[in-house]
Amino acid sequence: MAQTVAQPTATPSALPAKLPLKAIAPWAVFFGVLMLVLLYFVGAEQGATSVFSGTDVHEWVHDARHLLGFPCH
Amino acid sequence: MNSATVRNLLVRGMLAGLAAGVLALVVAYLLGEPYVDKAIAFEDAHAHEHEMEVVSRSLQSTAGLATGVLVYGVAFGGIAALAYCFALGRVGRFSPRATALLLSGTALLAVYVVPFLKYPANPPSVGDPDTIGKRTALYFLMMLLSVLLAIAATLLGKRLAPSLGTWWATVVAVAAFAVVIGLAYQFLPTINEVPAHFPAALLWRFRLSALAIQSVLWAGFGLLFGELAERQLNPAPAKAPSGRTAPASN
Repeated sequence: MAQTVAQPTATPSALPAKLPLKAIAPWAVFFGVLMLVLLYFVGAEQGATSVFSGTDVHEWVHDARHLLGFPCH
Repeated sequence: MNSATVRNLLVRGMLAGLAAGVLALVVAYLLGEPYVDKAIAFEDAHAHEHEMEVVSRSLQSTAGLATGVLVYGVAFGGIAALAYCFALGRVGRFSPRATALLLSGTALLAVYVVPFLKYPANPPSVGDPDTIGKRTALYFLMMLLSVLLAIAATLLGKRLAPSLGTWWATVVAVAAFAVVIGLAYQFLPTINEVPAHFPAALLWRFRLSALAIQSVLWAGFGLLFGELAERQLNPAPAKAPSGRTAPASN
């Protein structure tokens, strides 16, 4: 009586439903590109190619670039 | 509704990536930085001309390192969360939590370990500045190839599963991945720019520490994101096991 009624779930461990591709696509495009840009600035900017001139970005993330496995200089 | 689910998973992925980045940063600072310093000491002892310091070493090894590792964590957390949205319910009969751990284990292999075995991480003073363009291109090519092949192997496994059964379909898919990666290792150019007399033990330990950073990052991400995703997708908290078996009459 004091106990709440257990819900009649179909399966003991609920398996996830598929998310439709239409729902994923807009997020994947915008955020996928944004994340890749972030990775570019951590991993390669002012090394092989430069968006900004100088070496400030390169020098700032220098240690991270070496330790995360990117070719640095 | 579904779009909101994707958004929530993406936000959780980036947060889990940030938290995993913090763990990786601790490992990077404690385990990796001593080798970076030793490698720079080697460089200074052998360099003919000294470059002007743009960012001081104390900043590079703390705030600079933190920026790089945390941004890396957030970025890969976001990408992994988006990949997770695709994988959910499609890769097999796995719970949200198990799917997350499976995905992050695969990501560690495909994004890092496979490229690392061909083009391993190098400490300062290893690597000719004149070949940075070529080395960067090859590294990103290897990473892209490895990720695409991992996706292709997953699709292959799914296609073979009805005829071969899940076990053998997985074995064949992984074997196919290994064979094609082996061919890529064989045909892509080898890079060896370790200067003469650079301590072999230092190089080895630096590379091990780089591997440790990535292992902690992806393991941390898989566990954290899996927990967050499980709670989001299966919100009903599990009651005591006795409540489930007993009928609703007392």
